[in-house]
Amino acid sequence: MLKPLHTTSLRRRLSNWTALGLITLAALIVTVPLFLILGTVVFRGLGALNWAFLTQIPKPIGEEGGGMGNAIVGSLLLLGFASLIGVPLGIGAGVFLAEYGRNKFGNVVRFTADALNGVPSVVIGMTAWALVVVPQKHFSLLAGSVALGIMMIPVISRTTEEVLLLVPQSIREAALGLGILKWRTILSVVLRTASAGIVTSVMLAFARIAGESAPLMFTAFGNEFWNMNPDQPVASLPLQIYKYAIQPYEQAHAQAWTAALVLISMIMCTVILFRFIVGRGTIKGAS
Amino acid sequence: MPEGSATPDPVLGTPEKLQIVPRSRLVVRENVLADQVFRGIVMLCGLAVLAIVGLIFFELVNQSHLSISKFGLKFLVKQIWDPVAEDFGALPFIYGTVVSSLLGLIIAVPLSVGTALFLTEICPRRLRAVLSLLVELLAAIPSVIYGLWGIFVLAPFLRVHVQPFLGRYFGWTGLFSGPKYGWGMLAAGVIIAIMILPIIASITREVVTAVPRVQREAALALGATRWEMLRMAVLRNARPGIFGAVILGLGRALGETMAVTMVIGNRPEIAKSLFAPGYTLASAVANEFTEAVGNLYLSALMEMALVLFVITLIVNALAGLLVWSITRGMPARALA
Repeated sequence: MLKPLHTTSLRRRLSNWTALGLITLAALIVTVPLFLILGTVVFRGLGALNWAFLTQIPKPIGEEGGGMGNAIVGSLLLLGFASLIGVPLGIGAGVFLAEYGRNKFGNVVRFTADALNGVPSVVIGMTAWALVVVPQKHFSLLAGSVALGIMMIPVISRTTEEVLLLVPQSIREAALGLGILKWRTILSVVLRTASAGIVTSVMLAFARIAGESAPLMFTAFGNEFWNMNPDQPVASLPLQIYKYAIQPYEQAHAQAWTAALVLISMIMCTVILFRFIVGRGTIKGAS
Repeated sequence: MPEGSATPDPVLGTPEKLQIVPRSRLVVRENVLADQVFRGIVMLCGLAVLAIVGLIFFELVNQSHLSISKFGLKFLVKQIWDPVAEDFGALPFIYGTVVSSLLGLIIAVPLSVGTALFLTEICPRRLRAVLSLLVELLAAIPSVIYGLWGIFVLAPFLRVHVQPFLGRYFGWTGLFSGPKYGWGMLAAGVIIAIMILPIIASITREVVTAVPRVQREAALALGATRWEMLRMAVLRNARPGIFGAVILGLGRALGETMAVTMVIGNRPEIAKSLFAPGYTLASAVANEFTEAVGNLYLSALMEMALVLFVITLIVNALAGLLVWSITRGMPARALA
């Protein structure tokens, strides 16, 4: 029988197995907090979850019951108004970067978008405060939407750029060759081909801002009652979680966990729902 | 074709119209105009990104004007934070921000680099999709929920199980002494670590994947063990990129607000012990801004946001350059 000419020394084999073991262990440890957090949120959140929680407004401190219906609606309103700012500007900037941005100016925009993406959300919140709350002299849904909308722009534009670059050049050339103008080509051919990817980019941006609370503290502020008026302060789930978590009452804590459960489910459901719709091809043509 | 006999085409109109040369020139000019208008619109969207960053900077400087002119550069090195006497210095907050972020990095870097290596090099294909989804989900959890978990689960756990152990065996270092609240700098570091794990892991994974296959094969062919191959071929080549990922994680850590506010204890003190409460720039702004009375107080908080903004801009720019150097095939060594 043939013997190998050279065997790896015991020391090298040992260090090999130790290192590989440690790497595997690291990957295992990383998954632990996820399960712990999700587990705790579900376990502690289910207790106070009921119909009233989803549909009623908060009761005064100390009283049983009450819910966060206004915060849920408020969060949705904030997302809606924020996308009025973030989606068009984000997609526009993405189109610019992909179709007209292969130059110095494009690089500057690209770099700035990445920088904006890294700006702490609380700083953006303060800017929105200075821009909207100070001149208006009161907190409002609008101010919160401005903060969140600004946060959406870099996420959407960089992802849109990426998916537009995936559209084959030959498709653009075919359209241009047929005598279609460049703007028509981009709107009806390129964006349409990439529509699934663009919807995904918007979803990514939603997932990013839906849980934001810091920029809302001094813009949307919060509200104990229902509000649909863009000019008035509005409650939001993340901020409500924060407010209840720092109160010294057991009941408030229970509600905070339930709100956390609702928020996490909303974020995950949106993502899954839109994946499903995009997969079925019902959303077509971003133009 | 005799004139008048042709039926008008619904799209092109009558043939006579097509023959009028000046009109078709007009159409061409309109088309060029339409293209330019479209180009102008999307360019404006691009400009908007620049304008927003400029506007953030302008507003922060504008609103912190009072504090800048009153305290000058001393603001950054003063330890006093006294809203009643209207005397403000940001040093405890800068200290808290840096220490909690570094603590987060110390915990997160080995774990996330390990996870990235496991995902790219060791993990069976079927498990890979599941594991990377789990890591991504970790990134999707809102900051405030991390904070909630930090208050009610992590802090009590640290108080009962971790802090007594650290205090008994490592108390002599001075880093682990004093009253054991659970919350404080240590808890903030752990929470930050969990929150920046996904971003460091996913970018490290990207740069590690970008290392050419040939490098690995060459190392293995020379008789290297798997770990030696990873160390010599993969990690060495990907080093600047991994460094970039770490810096990007640092950028996130510095600006982390809600979760940190909820566990760090919010006390503007500089203490050696990690058990002691602290304060960060971001959490101070979030915590005190709505309650701040007096223009100088507001202005001082604004200046802290400005400091935070400038620091994160620099850190992120540095990280971007490093990651870009690896993934776009630039001479990376020049930067590292």
